[in-house]
Amino acid sequence: MNPFRYERVQNIDEALQAAGQGGRFIAGGTNLLDLMKENVERPGRLVDINRLGLDQVEPLPDGGLRIGALVRNADLASHPWILERYPLLGCALMAGASPQLRNMATTGGNLMQRTRCYYFYDTATRCNKRAPGSGCGAVGGCTRIHAILGASEHCIAVHPSDMCVAMAALDATVNVAGARGRRSIPFQEFHRLPGDTPQYDNTLREGELITSVDLPAQGFASRYSYLKIRDRLSYAFALVSVAAALRLEDDGSIAEARVALGGVAHKPWRLPEAERMLAGETPSVRSFTRFADALLEGATGQGDNEFKIELACRATVRALTQAANGTPQSQVDKRIA
Amino acid sequence: MTNQPVSLTVNGRERRLAVGPDVTLLDALREHLGLTGTKKGCDHGQCGACTVLADGRRINACLTLAIMQEGRNITTIEGLAGEGRLHDLQHAFIEHDAFQCGYCTPGQICSAQGLFNEKRLESHGHDLRAAIREYMSGNLCRCGAYVNIVDAIEAVYLDGDAQ
Repeated sequence: MNPFRYERVQNIDEALQAAGQGGRFIAGGTNLLDLMKENVERPGRLVDINRLGLDQVEPLPDGGLRIGALVRNADLASHPWILERYPLLGCALMAGASPQLRNMATTGGNLMQRTRCYYFYDTATRCNKRAPGSGCGAVGGCTRIHAILGASEHCIAVHPSDMCVAMAALDATVNVAGARGRRSIPFQEFHRLPGDTPQYDNTLREGELITSVDLPAQGFASRYSYLKIRDRLSYAFALVSVAAALRLEDDGSIAEARVALGGVAHKPWRLPEAERMLAGETPSVRSFTRFADALLEGATGQGDNEFKIELACRATVRALTQAANGTPQSQVDKRIA
Repeated sequence: MTNQPVSLTVNGRERRLAVGPDVTLLDALREHLGLTGTKKGCDHGQCGACTVLADGRRINACLTLAIMQEGRNITTIEGLAGEGRLHDLQHAFIEHDAFQCGYCTPGQICSAQGLFNEKRLESHGHDLRAAIREYMSGNLCRCGAYVNIVDAIEAVYLDGDAQ
């Protein structure tokens, strides 16, 4: 690790002040310290925000839920309100990482985690995300885990989170505090596509601190599924993951559909226009396949990852079918029904 | 980097250290406190050999700084056993032949105790072994003793003493 100064802050004002002086926030540390050991991240000043509070899950007046940025992933996954009202999010959290890491990792940190692209991690290779302008080692390299949607010639990395895929489907909002005040960022605008500036994973401004994530009242608790396809059954990043949520009319037709994909792009992938196409349809393999084709439109393989296009289509159809049937994918019994 | 004071309770004993801010909890335990039961495997949070309990919750000691754990209560494998008597999980690991080389074992045992503390198995009565496998997936065993590890944890769980 590079030499750094460490300080512990006690409130948001202190945190923002330290960030204004070039400090880098650390909470769970599970991603940042790992990257510091690899010399990928080299902050000169670490600001420990673990004593800020921000660790509560609270109801909102509109029927939604506010999740403090420092709520640990394990605590969120087992929170009674999440289990009862937002089981899609609970499932996504349990699909991610390991029990040890979920005990450490925070809600805000999960939003901020960086890609697991091998080339980003390996300082001996080129990477526009790690060293802007140096090129992309992944293009033309080993691309099994890389993007099929929204990539650019400068970066084909994917966002690794499971939690964020569910939050994207649920239309969450990210609340942040900064030197210029507080603001709320709709989830789909938080993470960004790489374009020609892949060094920016998200739209946070310099020195801003995530304080909480809000969930709207609609949690799709009766028809949802989080289906994660990976190279081993547990403790592996997604090749493709699907957060699917449906609301059905009394006659069984689809009132509202939400689908977000993980493991396929620089951000959780959603296409609200395609979701609207499903409204009024009868849930069926045929309607879900048509939707999946629209969702994956323009998908491009990079070589090793060509298979992910068909995999993502099939996983989408399967997850929507599970959601429609009210039989969500178990995160313990990994057989796919 | 200048050393900074850190106070931890380790296995019930208050310990005061002066370490650089870059010293992980794992290195503090092994190199500064001589508690070498906690193992360094990958040092990147991928293998679970460094699993310890912080305030009763299992964490990877390699992915946190000692200074971030200020004031917390850390339990390592050395702190699990009672006076002159093996912990139930230690006994069960021997009984069920749940290791070969033994390098991952302290992490496996701390992780299993952490799992019991989480009370996560209670809702998986019908599929207990699948649940143990899933909730122990943060601990790798390169000798491949997994089947016997599940046996050992299942036996202690069903015996009920650890809950």
